[in-house]
Amino acid sequence: MVRLLTDISKYLILILFVLYTAYSFVGLKITDEQRSARTITKQRILLFAVHLIAYLVLYLNLKDISILVFYPFEVMYLLAYMKFYKLFYPGSNARLINHFCMFVAIGFICIMRLNPDKLFKQFAVIFVTSVAAFFIPAIMKKGRFLRKFTWLYAITGLGLLSAVLVLGHTTYGAKINLDISGSTFSPTEIVKLLFVFFVAGFLYEYPTLKQLLAVSVVSAAFVLLLVLSRDLGGALIFFVTYLVMLYVATKKSRYIFMGGGGFCLASFIAYHLFSHVRTRVNTWMTPFSLIRSDTSQISQSLFAISTGGLFGIGLCQGIPNTIPVVISDLVFAAICEELGLLFGLCLILLYLSCFLQISDTAKQLADPFYRLIAIGFGVEFILQALLNIGGSVKFIPLTGITLPLISYGGSSAMEIVLMFAMLQGLFILKDRR
Amino acid sequence: MKKEIDLMNMYADSQDDYYDDSKILPKADDPKIMKRKNRSIRWISFFFLAVFIGLIAYLVYFQAVESTRFENSSYNRRRLDLLSEKYIRGSIYSADGQRLAYTDTEGAEEVRVYPYGRMFAHVVGYSANGGSGIEGACHSKLLSCHANALYRASTVLKNEKLTGDNVYVTLRTDLQESAYNALGSNRGAVVILDVKTGAVLAMVSQPDYDPNEILANWDYYTSDDDAVESLLLNRATQGVYPPGSTFKIFSALTYLRENNCQTDGYSYDCSGSIEHDGNVIRCYNSNRHGQLDLKQSFAKSCNSSFVNIGLSIKRSDLIDICESFHFNRKLDLLLPTSTSRFLLTEDTDSYELMQTVIGQGKTLVTPVQMAMTAAAIANDGKLMKPYFIDHVETFKGVTISKTFTKSYGKVMTDEEVSVMHDLMKEVVLSGTATSLSRGNYTAAGKTGSAEFGTQGDSHSWFVGYAPAENPEIAICVLVEGAGSGAEHAVPITGKILNDYYN
Repeated sequence: MVRLLTDISKYLILILFVLYTAYSFVGLKITDEQRSARTITKQRILLFAVHLIAYLVLYLNLKDISILVFYPFEVMYLLAYMKFYKLFYPGSNARLINHFCMFVAIGFICIMRLNPDKLFKQFAVIFVTSVAAFFIPAIMKKGRFLRKFTWLYAITGLGLLSAVLVLGHTTYGAKINLDISGSTFSPTEIVKLLFVFFVAGFLYEYPTLKQLLAVSVVSAAFVLLLVLSRDLGGALIFFVTYLVMLYVATKKSRYIFMGGGGFCLASFIAYHLFSHVRTRVNTWMTPFSLIRSDTSQISQSLFAISTGGLFGIGLCQGIPNTIPVVISDLVFAAICEELGLLFGLCLILLYLSCFLQISDTAKQLADPFYRLIAIGFGVEFILQALLNIGGSVKFIPLTGITLPLISYGGSSAMEIVLMFAMLQGLFILKDRR
Repeated sequence: MKKEIDLMNMYADSQDDYYDDSKILPKADDPKIMKRKNRSIRWISFFFLAVFIGLIAYLVYFQAVESTRFENSSYNRRRLDLLSEKYIRGSIYSADGQRLAYTDTEGAEEVRVYPYGRMFAHVVGYSANGGSGIEGACHSKLLSCHANALYRASTVLKNEKLTGDNVYVTLRTDLQESAYNALGSNRGAVVILDVKTGAVLAMVSQPDYDPNEILANWDYYTSDDDAVESLLLNRATQGVYPPGSTFKIFSALTYLRENNCQTDGYSYDCSGSIEHDGNVIRCYNSNRHGQLDLKQSFAKSCNSSFVNIGLSIKRSDLIDICESFHFNRKLDLLLPTSTSRFLLTEDTDSYELMQTVIGQGKTLVTPVQMAMTAAAIANDGKLMKPYFIDHVETFKGVTISKTFTKSYGKVMTDEEVSVMHDLMKEVVLSGTATSLSRGNYTAAGKTGSAEFGTQGDSHSWFVGYAPAENPEIAICVLVEGAGSGAEHAVPITGKILNDYYN
């Protein structure tokens, strides 16, 4: 009986999620307020339905009492997130709120499925950060001063990255984390936000050559520190974000091409300089040859995806925990294994739709400082999704970037929660200059 | 901190010099200007849209094309255990409808049974420990059920296992039995193909094992003990051997291609050996073959004459021909298959060239590769991809998929095929395989004795097809370390053909 319900549930979850994703794209085009409000309500019903069914199936299969304990708290959190923004910030973007809640809900489901012991910490981080971040839009309303601290952002950011480089400990060949009184913290995630503020502060007025040089040198320092920490995925995100912001600020496409050329050269050098880059690229090209060594993450990921097929084998029916680092880096493979590739494809589309929503917001912003921040955040968000998913399906080499709001990881969850709060702040400010 | 403020002031100063408000901040309500302003953001959006479409297209491609390979990988043990809980593994049937493998559910535990035991050991393989052979390659076919939805729903509701689909292979029990008995306890392999389609009709490898006992003997079979003689290895597809004189097929074909299939111009006086650049190649047992044309050189397998030919042909032509027959290229068969190797280049020294054209040198071939070669000659020059699975049925007998034959392309012209036919027939009529002319069948082919090691040991080969006119089956027999082709591989071929055409 449980098996049958589990089997039916995977199709049900898929249908609900497909509908949600479809609405997210329809929503991009709707301008009529009433219709827009209706789709937003429908999306919320779909969201809670997916969450409920998944938790029901998880409970039926795992019989773990903590599932029943967490469920009401999660629902309350999601409801509160939606309601509070609506109540206190009437100008906030409900679609972005929905997407945020959907990603968070999927994240909760994944962590509960893969390792229930870790859910409390993730939930706590997201909850506390959300509460703190709730005041961000209010601060931003007051804050023309934010654009004055350009150098402070740069110095803080570079300082944190240097600290990681010097003090950080190595995981999977890269230095990413700092140990602070027993718990690990990855400052790179927060520095991503500071970096966008720094670049926006420099470029929102048409830059002179001197300024252009200054911002480029400092940005290069950010990227270089990450390369030295061997966090190549992080370095790529900073680099592309910088290029995109430069392009949007100056509207000169030649910067993109120059940057692209520089990137190819840098990749070539990195390949020949770092052994772990070579390993990653080699595993990417021939996953089977290295299957017996510990770099076989990608093979296990592909096994999981290919056996999941289009519809997956159902929640709790697979063995996703045999995939290395599944809960943080390769969570997409676990999703595809149990919920199916079609669900995974919809998830990819949802990330894309969320990005389009953010870039749409950026287009509406009159103030160039805010425009740059919005597009910078959007690019950081979508790049993380792209590098994570692309890496776990062998589209590109693995980079160790987490899947925004779904992967387990306090620092990265914190970053995205703050990012979405700031995006809401920007949206509220869209008519201001 | 002081310094920072200074920097900020400096920045504030500089911006006043270059800042022109009217240019930078257009009126937000002017849609035309907004549109132009947003062009860069739109480009960025398009870029990511394109990348994501690429990612999705890649995933769809992966699912459609590559995922089966990953799903069936023997490293992917994760799935088998899971599927075995849901399905009773389907059966494997031969082309003549005999059950080659099935799961016995009578006892307390499911047991996989192989009624023919050792006879189909390597080709059908076993399902345990990741699996091998057809069993290992068809996990996902045998462990899935395409019977009607009503049956599936009611079975799942009753909490029973679904009966998996059945795989019908191209192997024939009569031919397999003949081949198995004919090879006997000789170490080696036999491959028999349908010349028109490439269907594998029989495949034997020795030494063998009993797949019914595989788990009990697993530790011994996988140990380093020399007595094991790598008996789990399917020598028919994975064994690589020097081709010996069977390689003269390719040398002769090169000569034909360079001389527009004119054989009249060739003659050679064999004195039992040939010398070039101080290196000497001898004929088998230093036989003096005397005056020979091309047909007799081939039929009598005269090494000296073929070295003479080899020294006259262009290396690039020989290389092209070997590569067109899929040397140095993966065959990509259902079962794990080694790639046949042909390493001659323009820079190889002349002694190695002399050895290469008579099948010594560094060339290494698999028996299945040589069977394909014979089949191509018998099939008007079309090289067919060998395949093992004819079709898959549900346990209720509904066909759900069928294999389509695949050609690697036409590798010989019709004239070349016609001359090669004559050459291979002559081997049986007057050459090294005359014992095949005494049965109630006709055959054509080429023998080979491939020397290896330093003790003068040699592998015994026969590759050919029957009937000589209008061929049906292609055959390759290899006996390891036995001696000359004529003494060992040819009689084995004779037994098989005798059985088959009786």
